[in-house]
Amino acid sequence: MGTMISQQLKERFQTLLGRYPVKRSALVPMLLFAQDEIGYVSEEIVEEICRTLDLPRIEVIEVVSYYTMLRRKPAGKFHLQVCTNVSCMLLGGESIYDHCRKRLGIENKQTTSDGTFSLEEVECIGACVGAPAAQINYDFYENLTPEKIDRIIESLTAQGK
Amino acid sequence: MSDYKNPMGESPHQVPVLTKRFGIENSASIDVYLQHDGYKGLEKALTMTSDQVIDEVKKSNLRGRGGAGFPTGMKWGFVPRQSPKPKYIVCNADESEPGTCKDRPLIEKDPHQLIEACIIAGWALESHQGYIYVRGEYRYLIDILDRALGEAYSKGYLGDNIQGSGFKFNLYTHTGAGAYECGEETALLNSLEGLRGFPRIKPPFPAIVGLYGAPTVVNNVETLANIPHILLNGGEWFAKLGCERNGGTRLFCLSGQIARPGIYELPMGFPLRKMIYEVGGGLRDGKKLKAVIPGGSSCPVLTADEIDVPMDFDSLGKIKSMLGSGGVIVIDEDTCMVKLLQRIMQFYAHESCGWCVPCREGTAWIKKLLDRFHAGFGRPDDPDTVADIAGNIMGKTLCPLGDAAAMPTLSIVSKFRHEFEEHLRLGACPHEKAPAPVS
Ligand SMILES: Cc1cc2nc3c(=O)[nH]c(=O)nc-3n(C[C@H](O)[C@H](O)[C@H](O)COP(=O)(O)O)c2cc1C
Ligand code: FES
Repeated sequence: MGTMISQQLKERFQTLLGRYPVKRSALVPMLLFAQDEIGYVSEEIVEEICRTLDLPRIEVIEVVSYYTMLRRKPAGKFHLQVCTNVSCMLLGGESIYDHCRKRLGIENKQTTSDGTFSLEEVECIGACVGAPAAQINYDFYENLTPEKIDRIIESLTAQGK
Repeated sequence: MSDYKNPMGESPHQVPVLTKRFGIENSASIDVYLQHDGYKGLEKALTMTSDQVIDEVKKSNLRGRGGAGFPTGMKWGFVPRQSPKPKYIVCNADESEPGTCKDRPLIEKDPHQLIEACIIAGWALESHQGYIYVRGEYRYLIDILDRALGEAYSKGYLGDNIQGSGFKFNLYTHTGAGAYECGEETALLNSLEGLRGFPRIKPPFPAIVGLYGAPTVVNNVETLANIPHILLNGGEWFAKLGCERNGGTRLFCLSGQIARPGIYELPMGFPLRKMIYEVGGGLRDGKKLKAVIPGGSSCPVLTADEIDVPMDFDSLGKIKSMLGSGGVIVIDEDTCMVKLLQRIMQFYAHESCGWCVPCREGTAWIKKLLDRFHAGFGRPDDPDTVADIAGNIMGKTLCPLGDAAAMPTLSIVSKFRHEFEEHLRLGACPHEKAPAPVS
């Protein structure tokens, strides 16, 4: 299965390129928007970006490996990112994270065998006053309890089918 | 199916300036913004000279809300406006200091306030281009800002001839992709240039040599959001809202073991004790206070005996802590300070960009040592070793991420030394509950 780059994404790349006097500046946004569409930074994306920005492959890979959100392998359909940083930790963030591990049967940065969920322990996501908090893909979930997480996982499981 | 409640707290002590439009329906739209003083600060600025605008900002005693509290007017004054190079305005919306979540509602609820501010900064600094650097996790804010920017262009507040003045300014969003270090201004500029977010050597400061080697002002979202109000109501009015040398209000993010967590807009210099007990309703479950992190996890912690302090940059500096980013984290009597420090260090070890050896190695070693210590395998000289490593990071790195890791460490080891001793005595953490039964 290839990861074809859509027309829409190509247009988005063009818009980005129009914003900067130096085109390399578009690199990080291009990578993230491409990942949003395809699920990860595939080889096709790397090649397309190298061509568009006239960059050697190594310089693109070097940037990909620096940023924590960028990944070279697909994540689950629902990427569950649980914050355990201080404000969340003080209100049970670590036990929310442990609950997710047990419930999904996966560890940090792993994906369930059916590809529905992946899990990641993350640093502060800017939802500290709604701690403990998590992000699923880009959506925020706050004031979590194990029961609330269970309900969310159940509803997403139903959606994922 | 996201579920996210309004992060703003409610308290009669609040002084809504930056948040005054938050409660209005559709507050993010340009029509609502225009009905409520929107773009009036810009209109006024366009009748003034660059120097007059900068003077007004100087008079306001506005200080950077990103953490360091640097006087904004002075920073703007450093920009060589006569330079033949282009000048850039960069808004720092990387918000990733643990405990801080105020830039998020500022953009979500009132994006035009920030856009207007960037245009005024552009006018004052003779800049024609700006970028708003938003952390990657805040994707929905990019969409909100892009929509608002589109509105501003179509109503002639951005573009080649702003409101017929002949002034040209273009403003764009730019996304990060997950890196605390990219909030540091020089690392941010590298990231904006499509590079890894490593810091640059200062001096030269970005005001002189910044984006693409050109003069650049980097300001936090909240710092900038104040600008239209300063122009509209005057620097003196703004200065009076706060306290001596600290103008205006501040969005304090009250989190942790507090009864009423939330973001509260309070005057600069608001007493910390009152903030915790009156604004925040005291601690959860009637617990006793043990410690407070006054401005994000990079600040030296305060003990329960140190909270009779006005929350402004100078007063916190006097007691060897920092006002920082406005993230006030409240910690109760049942919290293990060794565990807290271990988690703080896990963050810095993860986020150290690896460029400077003392920070890269030091944070990793402190974290490793604390993992062992907290698990019950501490050695008597460990607290001194931790302090020693932290002391060797402090001041020895290109950017202040190293200091940000060292400061909470040194303060916790010295102020809560007895908790380390107790772990040693018991061979275990006194706060750790028995493991929960396997379900
Ligand atoms: C490791 C590190 C992370 C930082 N993160 C942020 C951030 O997320 N947002 C921010 O505005 N400033 C952050 N800063 C401060 C910036 O370097 C810079 O001082 C600030 O953006 C200047 O704006 P101001 O003068 O308006 O505060 C960070 C600094 C360091 C050392
Ligand atoms: S500490 Fe968890 S969201 Fe900020």
